[in-house]
Amino acid sequence: MVKEDIFAKVNEFLVEEFEIDKNSITPEAHLINDLGIESLDFVDIVVIIEKDFGFKVKREDMVNVRTVSDLCNYIEEHVTK
Amino acid sequence: MRRVVITGMGIYSTIGKNIEEVKNSLYQGKSGIGIDAKRKDFGFRSCLTGILDRPILKDVLPRRMRIGLPEQGEYAYVATMEALQNAKIDQDFLNENEVGILYGNDSSAIPVIEAIDIVRERKDTTLIGSGSIFQSMNSTITMNLSVILKLKGINFTISGACASSSHAIGMAHMLIATGQQDIIICGGGQEINMESMGSFDGLSAFSMRQDDPTRASRPFDRDRDGLVPSGGGATVIVESLESAIRRGATILGEIKGYGFSSNGDHISIPNVEGPTKSLLRCLKNANLTPKDIDYINAHATSTPVGDMNEAKALDSVFGGTNVPISSTKSMTGHEMWMGGTSEVIYSILMMQNSFIAPNINLFNVDEPAQCLNIIGETTEHKIDTFLSNSFGFGGTNSTLIISKFKN
Repeated sequence: MVKEDIFAKVNEFLVEEFEIDKNSITPEAHLINDLGIESLDFVDIVVIIEKDFGFKVKREDMVNVRTVSDLCNYIEEHVTK
Repeated sequence: MRRVVITGMGIYSTIGKNIEEVKNSLYQGKSGIGIDAKRKDFGFRSCLTGILDRPILKDVLPRRMRIGLPEQGEYAYVATMEALQNAKIDQDFLNENEVGILYGNDSSAIPVIEAIDIVRERKDTTLIGSGSIFQSMNSTITMNLSVILKLKGINFTISGACASSSHAIGMAHMLIATGQQDIIICGGGQEINMESMGSFDGLSAFSMRQDDPTRASRPFDRDRDGLVPSGGGATVIVESLESAIRRGATILGEIKGYGFSSNGDHISIPNVEGPTKSLLRCLKNANLTPKDIDYINAHATSTPVGDMNEAKALDSVFGGTNVPISSTKSMTGHEMWMGGTSEVIYSILMMQNSFIAPNINLFNVDEPAQCLNIIGETTEHKIDTFLSNSFGFGGTNSTLIISKFKN
């Protein structure tokens, strides 16, 4: 899966599931500070990643995910393994 | 002791999704009962149930506030917003004043079942998601509404089986009368989904009159054969008289008394002594006599033993007064955790509009109830004071007396 596809999919679930304004989603956007994601939401991000990308996520791994780009990189790294 | 009044009410029920619709249904004697056919394949004895669509809150509440609400939480939210609007209480007021919440709820089956299904299949608790815990606790309604509305007063759920939300109003009455709170949001929410009702169906408690759903619930009728499960959400705003006057609120009624008791007997079979004690305690608390009551909204659920024993209790206290009595469960089915508050709302609507809603499906009054004045047809009748009964498993009993407000 190429980076653009991952970004598009992430974009889609941030808009659909988390009801975030699509114009505010950029690779640099900080999930908490810019997009309003909160700690509890990372549980649901774990659920969505497993469903959409087919690999198991450790909740602890999300600690290092701060921006949209971090999230996409994390998915890219694991989805191709 | 301070005087305690009701300044707002809201409802989302099988006989109407707001106060106006419900008022009309009550007057017309309209039933909210139907058939949920999928219960048959699921293993139910009876497919009879109250029929109610879930409200769509997608564009009403933000995601985080929405995903913690189970079915009955959604009903409670809609009812509460109507009640607050009715009471002229907006978010600015809630931000600046201490308002509490005491709500009746005694189950939340679906989120528990769905969560366990996920873990059994996937062996990973994270996959349950973040909303489930807030949906699955018994306190789900108070925990969610207190956050959505930013409430800063008393905040907990009352689980007293089918008397839950009657006790909630009773508790609010005590806290306000003693000056500890000024305004408390009270009510009850009841899930209708089949998963939550299976174990009750398994007790053979539900009517089997499936060929004629709207005639299945028939409290006090000789041929009644069980209750019909139902649900929804009902909210009243309970307030001190001083606060209501200060705010210029419209006063819908005054809570004159609260009575309660425990049967100290069987877990599911009600007796006569417990409800009688609750009735007498409520009259004493209200400083009223049986002849002061203009209408009784009975608990009567359409079960053979329950209705018979309530009739005996009512006769022992009200015998000779000829007070009109009806059970609105004939139309709504048994709204359980919600019933204590919804039936106060039904009765206030009757008091406001001077009529008694009919105990529909009353074809042959059962022998123990023949000494009572059970009202089978809509009847024009002036009501200044009414009494509402709610009883539940474990022998918990609650009685409320509410009057028209007179300064």
